[in-house]
Amino acid sequence: MARTQTSESLGWRTRFDKFQRRAAPYVFVSPFFILFAIFGLFPIVFSMYLSLQAWNPIQGLGTMRYVGLENYIWLMEDPWFWRSITNTLWIAFASGIPQHVIAIPLAFALARGISGFRHPLTAAYFLPYITSAVAISLVFQTIFGTQFGALNQALIYLANAPWSAWLFGGLAENLPVNWLGRAPYIKPAIAILVWWQFFGFNVVLYAAGLATIPKDYYEAAEIDGASARQSFFHITLPLLRPMIFFAVTLTIIGNLQLFDQPFILTGGTGGTSQAGMTVAMYLYRTGFEWLEMGTAAAISWLLFLLIGTLTVIHFYFFGRSGLESRD
Amino acid sequence: MRPPATPFKSPAADTRTGRNPVAQFVLYVVLIALALLTLFPFYWMFVLATHTQSSIFSAPPPMWFGEFLDRNYQTLIGRLPFLRNIWNSFYIALMATVTTMFFASLAGFAFAMYEFRFKRALFGLLITSLLIPPLLGIIPYYLIIQYLGWLNTPRALWVPAMASAFGIFLMRQYIASSMPRELLDAGRIDGASEFRIYWSIALPIIRPGLATLGMLTFIGQWNNFLGPLVVLNQRESYTIPVALRTLQGQIQTDWGAILTGTALAVLPLLIIFVFASKQVIEGLVAGSVKG
Repeated sequence: MARTQTSESLGWRTRFDKFQRRAAPYVFVSPFFILFAIFGLFPIVFSMYLSLQAWNPIQGLGTMRYVGLENYIWLMEDPWFWRSITNTLWIAFASGIPQHVIAIPLAFALARGISGFRHPLTAAYFLPYITSAVAISLVFQTIFGTQFGALNQALIYLANAPWSAWLFGGLAENLPVNWLGRAPYIKPAIAILVWWQFFGFNVVLYAAGLATIPKDYYEAAEIDGASARQSFFHITLPLLRPMIFFAVTLTIIGNLQLFDQPFILTGGTGGTSQAGMTVAMYLYRTGFEWLEMGTAAAISWLLFLLIGTLTVIHFYFFGRSGLESRD
Repeated sequence: MRPPATPFKSPAADTRTGRNPVAQFVLYVVLIALALLTLFPFYWMFVLATHTQSSIFSAPPPMWFGEFLDRNYQTLIGRLPFLRNIWNSFYIALMATVTTMFFASLAGFAFAMYEFRFKRALFGLLITSLLIPPLLGIIPYYLIIQYLGWLNTPRALWVPAMASAFGIFLMRQYIASSMPRELLDAGRIDGASEFRIYWSIALPIIRPGLATLGMLTFIGQWNNFLGPLVVLNQRESYTIPVALRTLQGQIQTDWGAILTGTALAVLPLLIIFVFASKQVIEGLVAGSVKG
């Protein structure tokens, strides 16, 4: 009697054991997929639906009205939307290209040019990347100040110092620059901040890429009498291509969604004649200041389209050749 | 002409210890100057946090610490419930960090250790989700939070952040490279349940990777701006970045107070970075490069 009971409970235990073993991986990964369904997937589908509606959230869900592609058509004729696109592209390129042009030689110099202090230097370059964009933008707002900002003070000093005055030529007349107040200077100011915040991240990415290049290549080149410059252009750059491709992809995706820095530097307004308003800012203001939720959703899809298009163009022109050099 | 290099001399040492000491010295000067330029805004922030409005706006601007940190702090907490705002930031970041460490390592464990149906498809979906621009869902995110009645609560921010795709990916890589599969079988022979194996065998092994994930999550949540800006609209519920942003718009903008708040927002990050810069940098790079 007692024996059958044990074997019965054993059978139940084995069955439970088998069940928990088979179910475990699904249970373990489920939290992510449940959250993703609610806060990731559903919002995307819903924003697609919303972009075809006219709706002001204050008046309640019942006032939602289907308008077809009207939001998109309206945006295509909206000068502010186009300005936000050109602003975004301007800032993305003006901050993005110098990031990589500086980061690659810098990573090379850190890896091959010096013998010590590699980590402290890298850490210093990297630090802005992990600090709050809002905090850092507020600090830069004082740096960009017209009368007393550190940047103008430094420029005025350099423009008057005998050893550097020649660099400025006729430009010295424009000092001090009203960086955040005058339309032509707002985008450069934002680009400087973005460059400063992200170049260190790229240095670290390229340092990781450099670490994968076998040392023998450099040794062989050196035996053949190659200079550091030749090594850089004939070994480092070609072998770094896959990493360049990857890092530039990250820059494209990130820079097109720029929000915190332009938002703080322009005090949330976009600046004089919207010269600093990015697409992300326009999206925010349309949705949460002007309460045009449908239009805002349409902007988010157009931004997604822009990111997708530029990424595809980048893949088309650089992706294949990037892969070829790896073979 | 250089004499032919002897085959056993290390050419790496050759380049590094300076064939050309002058060139190396110049390189150091350039690299250090750039590092100082990068660090200058942080220094200036701390300096200005100790000065009054009128000395901030004077020429030349102050370059050394003043005596008004306390006064600026008093102004700050007079204009905002700033301690409350710091607590909100801390609480949200902490909840997101603890839950992410748990759920991401659990899922990463499953992806690294098990073979199961739809594993490849699920992992592919996870990676794809990393590529979706967060802005795409921002309007519906607000509507969902409003529907749930979570506006102005910390939950609105940490619940959606409980399990990040980035974190799961990082943990999967870490577990796959640091935990032998035999341990799984050993645990089963001892009669441990699968969760028990994760909890008692995997977790202790992956502690360093978990610490990295924790720091990255904390930093990301602490700095988050757009999310809080959208779902928090009462002073008492603000996180630090949103609170600082409201100071900026006031007619009597007090920059000493703003920069004191800014310094307080950056300080925890600096502390984390001073102690764990290597881990933070490596974690972020591993997470993005292998993705």
